Amino acid sequence: MAKRALPEINAGSMADIAFLLLIFFLVTTTMDVDSGINRKLPPWTPPDEIPETPPVKKKNIFTVLVNSSNQLLVEDEYMEIRDLRDATKQFLNNNGDGTCTYCQGGAKSIVSSDNPQKAIVSLQNDRGTSYKTYIAVQNELAAAYNELREELAQRRYGKTFDDLSVEEQNEIKDAYPQVISEAEPVSLG
Amino acid sequence: MSKFRKKQGGGTPAISTASLPDIVFMLLFFFMVTTVMREITLKVENVKPFATEIKKLERKSLVTYIYVGKPKAAYLSQVGSEPRIQLNDAFARVKELQQFVITEREAINEAERPLMTVSIKADGQVKMGLVTDIKQELRKANSLKINYSTRKGDVYED
Repeated sequence: MAKRALPEINAGSMADIAFLLLIFFLVTTTMDVDSGINRKLPPWTPPDEIPETPPVKKKNIFTVLVNSSNQLLVEDEYMEIRDLRDATKQFLNNNGDGTCTYCQGGAKSIVSSDNPQKAIVSLQNDRGTSYKTYIAVQNELAAAYNELREELAQRRYGKTFDDLSVEEQNEIKDAYPQVISEAEPVSLG
Repeated sequence: MSKFRKKQGGGTPAISTASLPDIVFMLLFFFMVTTVMREITLKVENVKPFATEIKKLERKSLVTYIYVGKPKAAYLSQVGSEPRIQLNDAFARVKELQQFVITEREAINEAERPLMTVSIKADGQVKMGLVTDIKQELRKANSLKINYSTRKGDVYED
């Protein structure tokens, strides 16, 4: 007796099943990549035992205050957010004591920072400041550091900062250490 | 004569759909690989601010999320319109934050605990007062690595 061929299974509904799965995944998953500005918080100290900090010269501190109407006061002067990046770069690159050999275009002003190693950016915001403005300010300050590092990487190695090896990146980072200090929260009004 | 009869119904032959499942499966695998499961249902408005100097968050398993924003319209009658914190699927108070972060940290394997990052996903309209409170609580919980979640884009536009 001849073997009868098995009847073929109808695969017509396969597409429907696959579509069903596809739509399920489309609905339950998200595609957004998580990205943002990384920051490190200082360890918690109770308010009554804040340790003595070594004195820092006032000219080495770049104060940025943001009030509750989202206005900026930078080094006691009113400023727009779009000018903050250049002002920060100028402060970091000032080279007041002439020890910074890689700072180009430093104004050598006596009221601005001695060298990038000593420069500190101090940021203080009010409780009423909007988060959006705060992020914009943080972004501009980070951008100032990143641009200076990028320029130095181009001059020293002729490559972009991202293309450098880890040691070279660390060397550039040490040349412009990112020191952004956030004051304990207060109400600036 | 029947030998020479013309074929019946000379319309276009049906297009074979045999490869349709393959195409759909291909799409399915693409979406399965590129997307992540939505872990929680957002109960707060969450329009993140723009920034340019951003870094990607690696190692999703080491990231804890804190959502901050105005409650969505459906919850207005229960919790009011002031910005609230959302942890997992529920609204939370600032006081609960410390415990939440510690519990999350306990869940991570011990060697990787120092790498834990807290991602603050706050709405652009939230006032810094609330965000500052959150940061203080995180400092108390000794969870110091944080990430301000943002979208990529120009910061100046309004």
